[in-house]
Amino acid sequence: MQVTMTVNGDAVTREIEPRMLLVHFVRDELGLTGTHWGCDTSNCGTCTLWIDGEPVKSCTTLAVMAGGHEVRTVEDLADGANLSPLQQGFMEEHGLQCGFCTPGMMMTAQALLDKQPDPDEATIREAICGNLCRCTGYENIVKAVRWAAEHPAGADSEVSA
Amino acid sequence: MTATDVPVSAEGNPIGFGRMLRKEDARFLRGRGKYVDDVQLKGMLHGAILRSPFAHARIVSIDTSAAEAHPKVKAVVTGAVLETLNLAWMPTLSQDTQSVLVTDKVRFQGQEVAFVVAEDHYSARDALDLIEVEYEQLPAVYDAKKALDADAPAIRDDLDRPDAPHPNHIYDWEAGNKEHTEEVFANAEVVVTQEMLYPRVHPAPMETCGSVADMDPVSGKLTIWTTTQAPHAHRTLYALVAGLPEHKIQVISPDIGGGFGNKVGIYPGYVCSIVGSILTGKPVKWVEDRSENLMSTSFARDYHMTGAIAATRDGKIQGLKVDVLADHGAFNGVAQPTKYPAGFFHIFTGSYDYDAAHCNVKAVYTNKAPGGVAYACSFRVTEAVYLVERMVDCLAQELGMDPAELRMKNLLQPEQFPYTTPTGWEYDSGDYPRALNKAMEIAGYDALRTEQAEMRRAYEAGESQNLMGIGISFFTEGVGAGPKKHMDILGLGMADGCELRIHPTGKGVIRLSVQSQGQGHETTFAQIVAQELGIPPEDIDVVHGDTDNTPFGLGTYGSRSTPVSGAAAAVVSRRVRDKARIIAAAALECSPDDLEWEPGRWFVKGDPDRGQTIQEIAMAAHGSLELPEGVEGHLDATAVYDPPELTYPFGAYICVTDVDAGTGQVKVRRFIAVDDCGPRINPMIVDGQIHGGLADGIGMALMELIAFDSNGTNLGGSFMDYLLPTAMECPSYELGETVTPSPHHPLGVKGVGESATVGSPAAVVNSVLDAIQIRAADMPLTPAVVWRAMQGSPLRNDLAIE
Ligand code: FES
Ligand code: FES
Repeated sequence: MQVTMTVNGDAVTREIEPRMLLVHFVRDELGLTGTHWGCDTSNCGTCTLWIDGEPVKSCTTLAVMAGGHEVRTVEDLADGANLSPLQQGFMEEHGLQCGFCTPGMMMTAQALLDKQPDPDEATIREAICGNLCRCTGYENIVKAVRWAAEHPAGADSEVSA
Repeated sequence: MTATDVPVSAEGNPIGFGRMLRKEDARFLRGRGKYVDDVQLKGMLHGAILRSPFAHARIVSIDTSAAEAHPKVKAVVTGAVLETLNLAWMPTLSQDTQSVLVTDKVRFQGQEVAFVVAEDHYSARDALDLIEVEYEQLPAVYDAKKALDADAPAIRDDLDRPDAPHPNHIYDWEAGNKEHTEEVFANAEVVVTQEMLYPRVHPAPMETCGSVADMDPVSGKLTIWTTTQAPHAHRTLYALVAGLPEHKIQVISPDIGGGFGNKVGIYPGYVCSIVGSILTGKPVKWVEDRSENLMSTSFARDYHMTGAIAATRDGKIQGLKVDVLADHGAFNGVAQPTKYPAGFFHIFTGSYDYDAAHCNVKAVYTNKAPGGVAYACSFRVTEAVYLVERMVDCLAQELGMDPAELRMKNLLQPEQFPYTTPTGWEYDSGDYPRALNKAMEIAGYDALRTEQAEMRRAYEAGESQNLMGIGISFFTEGVGAGPKKHMDILGLGMADGCELRIHPTGKGVIRLSVQSQGQGHETTFAQIVAQELGIPPEDIDVVHGDTDNTPFGLGTYGSRSTPVSGAAAAVVSRRVRDKARIIAAAALECSPDDLEWEPGRWFVKGDPDRGQTIQEIAMAAHGSLELPEGVEGHLDATAVYDPPELTYPFGAYICVTDVDAGTGQVKVRRFIAVDDCGPRINPMIVDGQIHGGLADGIGMALMELIAFDSNGTNLGGSFMDYLLPTAMECPSYELGETVTPSPHHPLGVKGVGESATVGSPAAVVNSVLDAIQIRAADMPLTPAVVWRAMQGSPLRNDLAIE
């Protein structure tokens, strides 16, 4: 069947099987391989992307369910050559090692920051608890999100205390 | 040189050791990492594996006709097909053989039965349902303790081993001095014996395993993109297994989404993707799903241990012994140096001073997935550390002594290094009391004990059901295998090559045999070159993970990268520096002996203005400058580093837990980790490695478990069943460091990749047991396990409650 949606601002239309998962749609049909696939049970969160501004696990969403909606993936976080404050935070605080969980982790964390620009550690931990990371022990991911909260316009900015 | 002395490059990076943001992050943060599943080739087909639902069953028949008739299916491969290619079985890394696709009977649940190649992934999966397999179920050996019973079914009837004491017996292996140990135990004032299980767990990296094989029918060249921590070892193995000429195999290990040992071995799926590509003439991708990963690829641990510790009444440890029953699953697929069937487990004597030790390891086959050494264990050092650190706590409890005091009393002293352990390891360097003191200081140990006593008083008075525990673990690891005269895998000596080339403009490329799975090699190794040559790290490109473009070496596991390849990188850099000296002397028209080195530059002794920067030297080396007799142009070097010894990182960990005595719920309140891995090349990356390992320890101690039911069914086959720690279970870690360089490593560094995974589980378990004042309970300490232990009816965790 035919599905049309907006992905990272661009309208896309594809002929797909109704059963195709959204994670496979963005990866295989659109070549946006920043969204990953790490489990069969909706536990790991490596597949997290946004539908209409809400983080969603794309491994548990049919591509057709996103028809008519706006999808945003990790590839859209940076503004051209400039990393977003959250991406900068991950770099500054060493919030990633193998990088496999990172796209999903950032999509979850960005959604949190959009709703709550200055979350405390406990709030961050709760927000990302549906995203597993096997490398970082979460410490620096939490710090990365805090860094973004403290630098809302990136490296050049700092919230004065 | 202290961190503050390190010069800074134009881009703000340290030209040498120090905190530096990672180069590799730029692509990962943009979603532009390239993992195996991201590889897309023209005309690529997709493979899927049919797996056995039974743990032990004879194959009566396999009918693939309906699958073959599927319009999108291109090939169906079975064991019978592989037999015609002589590929139905392959060697494991431990002198055993392993089934690729089953020919006779399945030996574990999830074993590979057939492989389908189709136009797309979904169709390949559909076709699996069309394959009809008739199984004749056999009783399964699901309990290692019963594997050697007289009536236990023989698992490996494929092997011809008339001398084996039992068909399920693999080996008995011992280390240490048995007689002396028995004598010490016979005369000891105190002996404490304790059984414990280090249960089967799984490394479960976020990226599962997979491969894309592309056999070019014209050139006969096989290119395989695959999740491997050891690309060169894999290439050699493919040459041996498939009979393909080694120079026509290129193994590319692109970005790896975590390894932790899971990506050391060669799995049937990789071989099937190669066969699929040979049969179809097209590239074939195979990527396992999570349940396949948890069911069939390298598990870790599975050691049933009975330890005994001997001491004087005033707490001087005199001896330690242990009997291990090692469950190796259906094929002995452990990956460790050939002469060490139990890995480095005989480092179990730990960090203490005594001379009597003995271990016996008995390994058995069971109807479980193969594997055995994986999950950041430093070749079974984690089992060893768990044993000794649990036994020391058992002894402390027996003696009524504070566990910190007991450790302090027995730790090796700095002046005892190099120290030869009773089982033959030579620890290179250490200051153990300093590390433990530091950890206790960060923890505020005495205040914690006071708080604990008050909480216990309130609990005993019925005022509260909250208890608090303080658990200590002190570990010594041996990492960085070889030397190659003692250590090899499948006859391949454990040494690693390295090549460094400085381009005319003074930028360079370093080529490594090891492969990062997140450890940040692209940054760290550039920093090593920067440290040695004064070239900014941003000017050094690090190439790894591609056998066509890197020198041979055994790869990244057992914390080998900095101890072995890091040393190789230092050696090649120094060779380049020596060559640069000769070239600088020619340019300056002086003798090389007249020159002195400062970072980035050779200059004339006593005349510092007369000198040549490494960049000027690089240009001169490629230019028209006349070089002395015997000196070739260009500026490059190669090295193979064969480590003289292992390096021995160590650390002191303290874990504080809160335990709800009413529910058995454990919360990790604090985790203090003082690590000594020698000088830190990039302290930010080192801390990150430790953080990850501490989370591993919390996961294993409290949540992670692969258990089996009496049919041999894996009960941990998904992330709903195999629980990994989330941000909610992990505290914010408190790290400290001491620095004791390794005397035999060119940079003094010791390796840190696995330290925290090795050291932390015992700290968590000791903490929980300290809270509930129970001598023993096995990991994972789930609420049920803790509660049952408190009731005096402990659970056996490795089996299903049936
Ligand atoms: S792939 Fe694991 S939650 Fe979606
Ligand atoms: S960085 Fe590797 S899983 Fe998170």
